[in-house]
Amino acid sequence: MKNEYDVVVIGAGPAGSITAKTAAEKGLSVLLIEKRQEIGDPVRCAEGVSKVWLRKHIEPDHRWICADVKGSRIFAPDGTMVEMAEEIAGGEVGYVLERKIFDRALAYEASKAGVEVMVKTRATGLIIENGFIKGVNVSHLGQSYDIKAKIVIGADGVESKVGRWAGIDTSIKPADIETCAQYLMSGTGIDQEYCYFYLGNEVAPAGYVWIFPKGNDMANVGIGILGNKSGNGKHAIDYLNDFVNDKYPDAKILEMDVGGVPVSGSIERTIANGLMLVGDAARQSDPITGGGIINAMEAGKIAGEVAYNAISRNDVSTDSLNEYEVKWRETIGREIDNSLIVKNTFTKFSDKELNSLGHSLKGVNFSSMSLLDLLYALFKANKKLLWELRVLFKTVVKYELDFEK
Amino acid sequence: MVTINVNKFKCGYCGACVSVCPAGALELVETWIEVNESCTSCGICAKICPVGAIEVKK
Ligand SMILES: Cc1cc2nc3c(=O)[nH]c(=O)nc-3n(C[C@H](O)[C@H](O)[C@H](O)COP(=O)(O)OP(=O)(O)OC[C@H]3O[C@@H](n4cnc5c(N)ncnc54)[C@H](O)[C@@H]3O)c2cc1C
Ligand code: SF4
Ligand code: SF4
Repeated sequence: MKNEYDVVVIGAGPAGSITAKTAAEKGLSVLLIEKRQEIGDPVRCAEGVSKVWLRKHIEPDHRWICADVKGSRIFAPDGTMVEMAEEIAGGEVGYVLERKIFDRALAYEASKAGVEVMVKTRATGLIIENGFIKGVNVSHLGQSYDIKAKIVIGADGVESKVGRWAGIDTSIKPADIETCAQYLMSGTGIDQEYCYFYLGNEVAPAGYVWIFPKGNDMANVGIGILGNKSGNGKHAIDYLNDFVNDKYPDAKILEMDVGGVPVSGSIERTIANGLMLVGDAARQSDPITGGGIINAMEAGKIAGEVAYNAISRNDVSTDSLNEYEVKWRETIGREIDNSLIVKNTFTKFSDKELNSLGHSLKGVNFSSMSLLDLLYALFKANKKLLWELRVLFKTVVKYELDFEK
Repeated sequence: MVTINVNKFKCGYCGACVSVCPAGALELVETWIEVNESCTSCGICAKICPVGAIEVKK
């Protein structure tokens, strides 16, 4: 470890590793610090990811791909199923990853690009001079160090402190977080080519249960409920236990994961003088799917490039870093905003309303996995109930966005 | 004064509680949660913890 770098990145998740790699490829000196002793562990993810988007950042590798998914089966509270499946000819749709190996592979890619990586190294504060962030205080094996940097990147995930240290309030309200619990299970007997979703206020208030295939007869069986529905004696884990006991009493639990996903939608500011926030630290996960891996990588790519541009301009002020703010909001930001509209509509529905939505799609055959196609079909059949969603189709058509991630 | 109790045997060190604490009183160090004196006993962390590992001492 040196005492000065062009860029110090805090947190070695997908956001941090891609930012670090991108900046190093441009020729900057980069330090990537991670407080955990093992990158990627413990997992706080259901590990589902779109193939097309993933390939923009890394070549798929069988060492971290557990399952190849061709469709989804969504269940309304009364059991009505809506199936969405991609034509196999296209061969696209999604993978289910092994995040422990995937996250480390991304850090490896960063290290190959010249990034210095340090684990068991935790950021404990920022060095701030004249309103500019000038570096990081870190603790490594209990020893404190000061490391100077032209630009600091906060990629420190859901528990991010970096933004708060820089004066950006990133605290999340209970209604803006999905609180989640998941078991990796064997013996559920699910079809390994499909992802399963169960909706309903009894199984998962303002959220859903997911089952994602993990290869052989394994699957991630998890649940997310909105934070304001949690507590009062019942937490995410209790809902998960109820679901699993009811549905898979004989399946075995091989691993337990817990976590929170920010579903607040875009926050007001993700930059300060000498600082950028990326990924979950910037609350960039999708408010409806809870997916954050791709957005974290997309934002990381932009942040790495902007770090290079700003340092080349010799200007790391917010004016200069605004390039990051503008670029991420124009791309992933638009989809996050759209998903927020969907979240605000759907979390209000009663089971009766969810059932009637399900019935309206009975017999509809989806040959695409696009969430937007599904929403559009729902909208056409339930204009009154889903009137708030109308803006979505306008914006999406206008910007030709790929709504599915 | 420590105002909350984290059951370290239940806690899955996920950091969700840290993200919702309005006071910034919590920190996920490596595999454990630390609480500082700025905690106001608001109870939000206890409400959202996925495993119910947090108890507020009023
Ligand atoms: C239950 C659950 C299911 C999910 N399912 C999916 C899914 O199926 N698909 C999907 O795309 N997304 C999913 N997500 C969201 C996804 O996991 C996150 O959006 C993604 O991991 C964000 O990446 P990141 O790099 O921003 O943060 P993280 O992956 O959280 O990485 C942040 C890193 O920073 C480190 N760190 C934190 N503070 C410090 C510090 N002070 N010093 C040093 N290091 C620090 C942490 O240890 C961590 O390694 C899910 C989330 C949860 C909780
Ligand atoms: S939310 Fe609960 S499980 Fe997660 S770190 Fe906090 S106390 Fe532990
Ligand atoms: S009780 Fe409130 S202030 Fe105290 S740690 Fe929990 S969320 Fe923070």
